[in-house]
Parts: sequence; C-alpha cells; structure tokens
Amino acid sequence: MKIIVCVKQVPDTAATMEVENGNISWGDAPLIINPWDEFAVEAALNLAADQGGEVTALCLGKEEETEAIKHALAMGADAAVLVSDPALKGSDTVAASKVLAAAITKIGEVDLVLFGQQSVDTDTGLLPVQVARLLKWPSLTLVSKFKEVTPAEGSLQVIRSMEEGNQVIKSRLPAVVSVTKDYGEPRYPSFMGIRKASKAEYPVWTLTDLGIDPPSSSISWPEVNKPVEKEIVTEIIDGDTPEEKAKTLVEKLIAEKVL
Amino acid sequence: MTKKILTYIDHFHGKVQSSSWEALGLAAKIAADNGGEAAALILGEGVNDLADLAFHYGADQVFLADHAILKDFRPEPLIEIITKAANDYQPDVIIFPTTTRGRTLAGMAAVDLDTGVMVDVIDLDWKGDKITATRSIYGGKLLAKLTCSTSPEIITLRTRAFDKPEPDTGRSGSITHLEVSLDPADQATTVLDHQEKASGVSLTDANVIVSGGRGTAINPTLTPPDDLDEAGAEVWKAEQGFDLIQNLADVLGAAVGASRAAVDAGYIVYDHQVGQTGKVVSPDLYIACGISGAIQHLAGMRSSKVIVAINKDRDAPIFNFARFGLIGDMHEILPPLTAGLKAYLEG
Repeated sequence: MKIIVCVKQVPDTAATMEVENGNISWGDAPLIINPWDEFAVEAALNLAADQGGEVTALCLGKEEETEAIKHALAMGADAAVLVSDPALKGSDTVAASKVLAAAITKIGEVDLVLFGQQSVDTDTGLLPVQVARLLKWPSLTLVSKFKEVTPAEGSLQVIRSMEEGNQVIKSRLPAVVSVTKDYGEPRYPSFMGIRKASKAEYPVWTLTDLGIDPPSSSISWPEVNKPVEKEIVTEIIDGDTPEEKAKTLVEKLIAEKVL
Repeated sequence: MTKKILTYIDHFHGKVQSSSWEALGLAAKIAADNGGEAAALILGEGVNDLADLAFHYGADQVFLADHAILKDFRPEPLIEIITKAANDYQPDVIIFPTTTRGRTLAGMAAVDLDTGVMVDVIDLDWKGDKITATRSIYGGKLLAKLTCSTSPEIITLRTRAFDKPEPDTGRSGSITHLEVSLDPADQATTVLDHQEKASGVSLTDANVIVSGGRGTAINPTLTPPDDLDEAGAEVWKAEQGFDLIQNLADVLGAAVGASRAAVDAGYIVYDHQVGQTGKVVSPDLYIACGISGAIQHLAGMRSSKVIVAINKDRDAPIFNFARFGLIGDMHEILPPLTAGLKAYLEG
C-alpha cells in the first residue's frame, strides 16, 4: 500500500505571535511539525505496518523548512519529498492544493493520502478536501478510526465525525483522509529514528519538476493584526468560605446579565 | 457590486444547524444594502419543509433538491449539485456556515468554480466596493483581513459570530426545484451507519461553557478505589471533578470544555478540548475551573464575553483574562455555586 502523508512546519503552539511591519513573527519559539499532522503520520505508519507498504511524507514549504519532514522521518516514514519554489509565496489554499495534487500525481500509484485535520497556523482545514477534489478522489474528513482497509479490493471503511455524531463510511481507493486527534497518541521519534532522519536525503521539487505553471491565488491577506486587547478589570471575589464566594459570584453573574 | 448571494443551508437529516440561519441572516442584510437578493440552497431528502423556514429567515428565493441520493452527508454528490446551481444562478457570493460539512463543501466549491474561500470568518465588511473578511489565525492569536479577487467569493462564517435573525413567518418566495441526475452506482462512498453523539450541548454552539483543567484531579479529600494504580486513581479523581462541572453545565444549559492538559492526561475525551489544537469558542460566559491558562488555551477562549476563573493558584495566568476570579478549590466552590445558580434560575 502506498501512502502519502502531507505535513507542514509551523511555530510551536506555545509561541506568542507578533506582527512587526506587517510580518508575522514568533520570536525565538521553536518550529515544529503541525501537531495535527502527527496523528496523520501515526495513522500512515500503522496502516503501512498492517497492510505492508510504504509511507512518504510530502511537504510544501521553503527549502529551509525541514522540521515537519524530519519529524515524520524520525517517526518512521520511509521517504520524503519537499516541494519548494519561490513562485509559491503567498499561495492560497487552492493554489497550494494544485501543487500538492501535482506532486501526488508525480509520486504516482498512490492508494491513500493522509492529512492532519488542519494546520495550527492558518487553521483553514481546506487542503484535504481541495486536494481530493482536484484529484477527483473521494475525501473523508475528520476521521478517528480506520475500520477496514482492503487495498486489494480498492476500498476502506472509516469512522468520521460530524456535529451530530459519527458516520461509518465506506469509500473507494484512492482517497484523501484527514485524521483527528481521536485517532490516538502519535509515537515519539526513537533515538535511532532521529539519527536516521538527520542524515536523510530527500528530493526538493520545484514547479518545473512538477511540470506546472505557478497557480494563481484568489485570496490575499492585505492586513494581519494582533487582536485588540479587551480592557479587562478582574474582580477577585472574596469570602471566608467557599459558600460565601459562590453566593457572591451568583449575584455578580446575575448583575452582569450573562445567565 | 454584490447583488446575488447564495447561502448553503447545512442540516443533518432535516435538522438545520442554527449557524445556517446566521449565514442567511447576514446574506439578507448584504442583499438589502446592495439592492440585491438572498437565495438559499437546500439539499437533502425530505427537506421540502425547510424552504418555508429559509423564507422566514430572510431568503428571497430557494433552490431545492430533494432526492434519496442526498440523504446522508456525502460531499461528492452534494458538490455536483452545488456547482451546477452556482453555474446556473451565477451568484456574486456564496456563504456557508463553518460546520464540518459547510467547510468541506466550501473548499470543494472553490476548486470547482476556480475561486477562493475565506474560511471561518468572524467579521465581514461589505460597505466598500470589495468584501473584506476578518478571520482568526494561529488559534486566535492573530487576526487576518482577507479579500478575494475572483468571483464568486466563497465565505464560511464562524458559528455564533453573526446574529441569528428573528424569523418572520409572514415572508415567502419562489422555490426552484433542482434536477438530480446522479447515478447511485457512480458514487465512490456509501454511508453504512450513523452513531448518534451522546446528548449534550456542542461547544461551538454554546452560550455558556464550563471547562475543567488539571485541577479537576487535584482533590485530596477523595479516596480512589484500591484496585486503581496511580494513573488510574488520578483519572478517577478527575472524573469526579468533571461530574461537578457537568452538574453546573446541566443547570446552565452549558457545554463542557476542557484544557489540553486535561485531555492529554486522559481525564476527558478530545471532543471537549478548547484551544489552539481543539475548538475555538466564543460564548457569552466561560467558567474555567482548575485551568491555569496556557497560551494555547487562552487563544481558544479569550474572546468569550465574560470569563470566570476558579483556581487555587492566585498567580495563574487565567486571572488576567477573567472578569471574575475566585481563588479557591473548584471542588469546594462548584457545589454551592451550582446550587445557588439553580435556585436563581428556577426561582
């Protein structure tokens, strides 16, 4: 079974984000693999172990953006591809999806493409469905469990979540799946894995390698700001006993008209 | 000019997500300002009755497809109908609610219609010659303003970010029935089963959220059963803590949230996680119990109107964002707080 897992490098979720001269910065916070993507890598590795097959980590980013790929390799991915091209600066999700779809096509004979449910930087969650649509493959979002995977029959069964509950859905392969945190804890990279990943070589493909023109983007971001800090006057509620404090809070909440 | 606005009405087996009406309400406002019209798109099986509701919530006309193949949520057949409807109607803007389904369909529609999506928008300005959308990025740590240079502009609206209009039962309009000529045998997916979620208020829809953190497990007065190991005992304690939170939530009709620390420690399932790697929420009242306020949690809830923090640690960062702070043990404070609010709400 040939599985591609798409990964992205992002600033650590503990980072304080700033905007300086219109540019987003995260100080000296570390860069990490998008936390959601770790669940997708974990799922890819388990599926490959169960079914036999290989996992390729695919990343779109600048040439120096190696953290996501290295983490996926250290977890156990067999190979990696980085797609990087200066022409991709400022790409929106449709443009990025066109590039990923072209890379997936170039890798070829893929059974399954996995994504994390969204990235913690731009939070769109659109790439899994847009890549699927471009490839004309079914998209299965927010999957917590793979029930049956039968590549020989070209089908899989997954559980996906919606607001009202879970759907058990059967799909043809190839398909694109986004994996949620409910899938289960991702493994930590082993020491050997980290060593292997630090020495790993992987191809860096440009748009010329993919044989496509720079895709145009519809969405632009003319402005990014820090949210305006609300003036919050914190009132500490005192009392000699928990009962007294609770009683005072009830009165304050009634006065605040939020009940 | 924004003349024609098409709103996708998201529902599950005919039960409409209230964010669909928020979206339609906004569409009607934009249409009214521009002398345009708001159209609603309703797809499913047994959904004819939803057309009247759409008129009540502001639609001038309704496009409707009622067909067995559209019964269960499957994006592929739905998007075929949506794309065809958009190509025929030629809207300037298509609005979806940011539900799991709305997000998926909006993303696919952008590919089909060769345009872009401004997703999970929290504020929209249509007064100028261009629409400018505001959305939060980095889990709410930053706000980005977005524009779309192609038509139709596709927008998904965050639940509760826009007002739900008062229904006007006197309104009606014309219904156009869309043809569905999809072959069931051509479909790549089959829905085999649906497992209902245990009842409860969903985090993103909730007016009030009561959340628990690591503090749920810190209760020296409890003695766990003997057969539990240390980790098991901790989770057992936390479950008692979350029972107190659930009791308060039941009284307030609130949803139950949790910090990432509580979820990672196995105290409660991930569905409840609030924060940058969980759900971003914005209720009227957020009661944080035993949550210190890590930056990635704050990012997901700081836009709540009123925040109450209950924590033993006076220096916990959560107090800097709280309107009201109670320094104390949540296990001691929650029972009298629940009783007091119950007495008020029932009195």
